[in-house]
Amino acid sequence: MSIILNHVNYIYDEDTAMASAALVDVSLKIPDGQFIGLIGHTGSGKSTLIQHMNGLVKPSSGQVFFNNEDINDKDYDKKKLRAKVGLVFQYPEHQLFESDCFKDVCFGPRNLGLPQKEVELRAYEALKQVGFDDDYFYQSPFDLSGGQKRRVAIAGVLAMKPQVLILDEPTAGLDPKGREDILNLISDLHKTMGITIILVSHSMEDVADYVERIIVMNKGRVAFDAEPREVFSHYKELEEIGLAAPQVTYCMQELKAAGFDVRTDITTLEEAKNEILKALGK
Amino acid sequence: MLRDITLGQYYRTESVIHALDPRVKIVGTFSFIISLFLVKNFIGYVIAGLFLVICIKLSNVPPKFIFRGMKAIFFLLMITMVFNLFLTPGEPLVSFWKIQITGEGLKLAIMMGVRLVFLITGSSLMTLTTTPNNLTDGLEDLLKPLKKVRVPVHEISMMMSIALRFIPILMEETDKIMKAQMARGADFESGSIMNRAKSLVPLLVPLFISAFRRANDLAMAMEARCYRGGEGRTKMKPLVYKRMDVYGLAIIFGYVVCCLVFGRILFR
Repeated sequence: MSIILNHVNYIYDEDTAMASAALVDVSLKIPDGQFIGLIGHTGSGKSTLIQHMNGLVKPSSGQVFFNNEDINDKDYDKKKLRAKVGLVFQYPEHQLFESDCFKDVCFGPRNLGLPQKEVELRAYEALKQVGFDDDYFYQSPFDLSGGQKRRVAIAGVLAMKPQVLILDEPTAGLDPKGREDILNLISDLHKTMGITIILVSHSMEDVADYVERIIVMNKGRVAFDAEPREVFSHYKELEEIGLAAPQVTYCMQELKAAGFDVRTDITTLEEAKNEILKALGK
Repeated sequence: MLRDITLGQYYRTESVIHALDPRVKIVGTFSFIISLFLVKNFIGYVIAGLFLVICIKLSNVPPKFIFRGMKAIFFLLMITMVFNLFLTPGEPLVSFWKIQITGEGLKLAIMMGVRLVFLITGSSLMTLTTTPNNLTDGLEDLLKPLKKVRVPVHEISMMMSIALRFIPILMEETDKIMKAQMARGADFESGSIMNRAKSLVPLLVPLFISAFRRANDLAMAMEARCYRGGEGRTKMKPLVYKRMDVYGLAIIFGYVVCCLVFGRILFR
């Protein structure tokens, strides 16, 4: 049970003057149950990459395997694949269309051809999983706040019971509180359901606190693929490609330079707090 | 799938045709279209075809790109041809049961097909080589005389330029929405006509909402910049005829004369 990308290349607008390479020789293995952060600058190919994973985009060359089957084979059932590899796009406005939230969440499971009872049960479950209030179930999704819309969008994909959940910038445009709520929610989903999660983001802070593996994309190539600690120790290279390590990492570097005996490979606030307290001898 | 629609799109590259004044291109396109309806025989169409091929060659737009747009109107083209083929009275060429194909019908069907293909290719060549802004600037200038009879020329061209400007934006949006719904198992490509029509609802609702939102934002932004219509407005890049444009007009004139002489007057 895993996703494997084997030397995947993708070229936009092939055979026109606007042709440009979006992915260059990307090989990745995504085993079950991992919580992965996918980071990259705008236009680095991260959105294109995730669309390869559920077969929305076909690679120009190379293969994508899900559970050891090539998903671009002619007789491969893409619909089933998309139920197993759930993809939540950046803007919930792009997928909400029904007159109330509950109906909207039903859309995914109904497309799988499940009986009505099962559909409603799954929709209910999914909305509960994302912590959606019963009061809002029958409200129009267009009247909700940004954070609530996002919850409905995530529930819409969760209701298909995916084994892999991919979220494209789920925190874009949310206030700090909304961000934290959504990230905690995703982290909880990972813990309680044990599904693989790929979180696309360009904020290091978002990712550092939660994920166990970071993939950094740059100009269509995989620049780094390692644990957060390892990736952020390359903060100089990250800066060169327009990214940065979390601010606490910089803070620890400065402390070290100022003569405090602290570790510099710190990525989260919690770790930093403990380390500073230790250095101060408390 | 949506990328196949090239009508109204702009193809960015450098060429003689791209550099022409938009007014020349508009006049040229209209003359070309009119010439298609005036010619009466195949020689005329050969001349029109040659003219078109040369223009495409000069424009540096890959022919593949232009003809991809043809797919969208293929159905319409077929209907037109089939109707002309079977429903034109005249000398029967082939007949079986109640259906007959006449010589006149065959000729008319081919003429109609060629005419439609040329028409679409010609007009898409214009939009492919002219930015929407240039196109509407040119149109506004050409329609200026109508201001005398109180036609709101500026407003019309403004509306057109907004509409054209939004085509690629809305296409991209449609693409994203389609993908988002496909990720939820939506199927836009198979099933009966009824099912397919129904499957468009999840696409159209978000698209309309987004279009209205964008229209609102644009209106607000125009208001914030004190937009108040065309009276007394000047342009940052006014249109000026250059030497190439004069040559262009001369060539177009020459083409139309050629077409009329060979396609209508000399050979009947």
